[in-house]
Amino acid sequence: MSQWLTEVIESASATSDFLAPVRKQALSSLEQAGWPGRRNEAWRFTPLTPVEKRTVKTAADVPAHDAPAIDGLSAYELVFVDGQLTSDTAQLDLPAGVTVAAFDKLDAAQQDVVSSLYGQVKPQRHVFGLVNDVASAQGIFIDIAPGIKLDKIIRVTNLVTQDVDAHTRVVARLGEGASARIFEHAEGQASSMSTAFAEYAIGDNAHLEHYRFAMMTGAAKQVGGSHFKLGNASTLNSTVVGYGSELSRLDVDIIHAGEHADAKMNAVYLLAEGELFDLHSNIEHTMPNGTTEENARGIVGDRARAVFNGRIHIHRDAQKTLAELNNRNLLLSRRGLINTKPELEIYADDVKCAHGATVAEIDDEALFYLLTRGVPRSKALVMLNFGFIQELVNQVPENSIRDWLLPKLSERFATMEVK
Amino acid sequence: MLKIKNLHASVEDKAIIKGLDLEINPGEVHAIMGPNGAGKSTLGYVLSGRDGYEVSEGQVELEGNDLLDMEVEERAQAGLFLAFQYPVEIPGVSNMEFMKESVNAIREQQGEEPLTAADFLKKAKAACKQVQLPLDFLKRGVNEGFSGGEKKRNEIMQMILLEPKLAILDESDSGLDVDALQVVADGVNSQRDGKRSFIVVTHYQRLLDYIKPDFVHILADGKIVKSGDASLALEVEKSGYSFLGKKYEEAEA
Repeated sequence: MSQWLTEVIESASATSDFLAPVRKQALSSLEQAGWPGRRNEAWRFTPLTPVEKRTVKTAADVPAHDAPAIDGLSAYELVFVDGQLTSDTAQLDLPAGVTVAAFDKLDAAQQDVVSSLYGQVKPQRHVFGLVNDVASAQGIFIDIAPGIKLDKIIRVTNLVTQDVDAHTRVVARLGEGASARIFEHAEGQASSMSTAFAEYAIGDNAHLEHYRFAMMTGAAKQVGGSHFKLGNASTLNSTVVGYGSELSRLDVDIIHAGEHADAKMNAVYLLAEGELFDLHSNIEHTMPNGTTEENARGIVGDRARAVFNGRIHIHRDAQKTLAELNNRNLLLSRRGLINTKPELEIYADDVKCAHGATVAEIDDEALFYLLTRGVPRSKALVMLNFGFIQELVNQVPENSIRDWLLPKLSERFATMEVK
Repeated sequence: MLKIKNLHASVEDKAIIKGLDLEINPGEVHAIMGPNGAGKSTLGYVLSGRDGYEVSEGQVELEGNDLLDMEVEERAQAGLFLAFQYPVEIPGVSNMEFMKESVNAIREQQGEEPLTAADFLKKAKAACKQVQLPLDFLKRGVNEGFSGGEKKRNEIMQMILLEPKLAILDESDSGLDVDALQVVADGVNSQRDGKRSFIVVTHYQRLLDYIKPDFVHILADGKIVKSGDASLALEVEKSGYSFLGKKYEEAEA
């Protein structure tokens, strides 16, 4: 057992709030699961050594911070700094039918809803999800009543500014026919250990536009997850952005719990220096007539490492499923590493399922051609190799986020080491 | 304009250029002919700075500056242009985006303001028209799905846009029918302004009927073995490279 996990378990037993009964359950699962070793398939390529012997650290003082500014983005802003919610959810001025509230501000009925959802969408197998179950002292409940269409984005930002352990949680429910746009954003580079998990119960005919930008870098260690349960004819459009750090791991589960649900996810990751980013996605088609389209594309430079694991599981009853998963990578350096692993499990016979993974290197001939026309090397590399990333960024539904993201990514790419 | 002194170059440790001398003055057109394997294409790659083409000896100056000391893109910015024999296809990068970056990188180096989008478009359209490339080729990926002749015309279109000081045309005639050859030659001739210099690398005399050279050089075994005026090309056309000796006759067969 790791020292860090032992300490987490010890301090968790002390927490008591309305979630105590569900936390207790999670705690016993966590104790049973123990520390995932290298032989654990889910962590095979992602060493947990940066966390294993860590001492749990709590923040004495938490500085005030605004969420990273995005020009033209109009959002309800919720900011966690070093694990502490610094925004007052009572000040949000929300329309009727929309609840956005801190866990410690919920009434009894809301507490019941959160208790019934907590740890129910997110599968139990995520060890750090269980850590988050027991240790997330602070969380946000988002509830969109049936039929309510909320256009304004709700952004939950996680910032780390100092060496702390931070565990934050989002529980969201979209009622029948509701629609919402929720943005989970993480930044910071301080040496720290954070877990951030979000669960989304999406009702029949509801629509969720979702963003998860895991942009912590440097010595920040982050493990998180976004988990979705889709009702009948509901739709999900999710955009994931991954930067690497000492340890950066994201798990996404999309569970088709109703028929005719439609899920789309685009993920891009750009990794520099010695960074690591690990994206595990798991698509469960349990019901018929669902569709999933997932595109994950990444660029790995210098000594960075990318891990992609894409699983599609089509259950016996999930006839007429259409599922496509594609992972494309560009390796800029001989010292970089990409582990990509597709996993298909299909138990229904009338489905269409496509799966592909590629790793490419720089095309020297094309690069030479551009250089002979006077195009500077860094620009030529961007022109040649950034297009497949740009293609996904162009599909970001919200213009202000797209316009903010594209130059940020191309700048990051331009500084990435080619060797 | 260009001074090459005792140039030696190799590819994968195999010596290809073995002591080449050549001097080109502003406004001159020099044709370089020679049998297969003489080092004609290698010369173009060495001058443009391609990876893997190692210079072991000699000097090359472009307008008094040490060309061999420059990066590939710096050579282009200094006014060197290579029209490729086999231009590469680059899907995903539009011709337009590519040329705009090129033109402005070169302008910046020469202390000029970047062109506005409108000015650039105007120039690009004119250049396309001159080599009879349909305008929608600007929006397509670089050389993507172009025919052999379209690729060659695209090279000349780029040359017209980039206004180099010295252009090297590497077998720009190969694979072209007479009409396409005429278009390529017209494009080149339109750029002859008494200052701009050209190296026309060709296997056949045919192109030189359209682009009249001031000098013709025969390259064989990595060296210039014979130089003359345009009549030398006609001589080669008539009697082949037999004057080089038996070895080259066989290479030609």
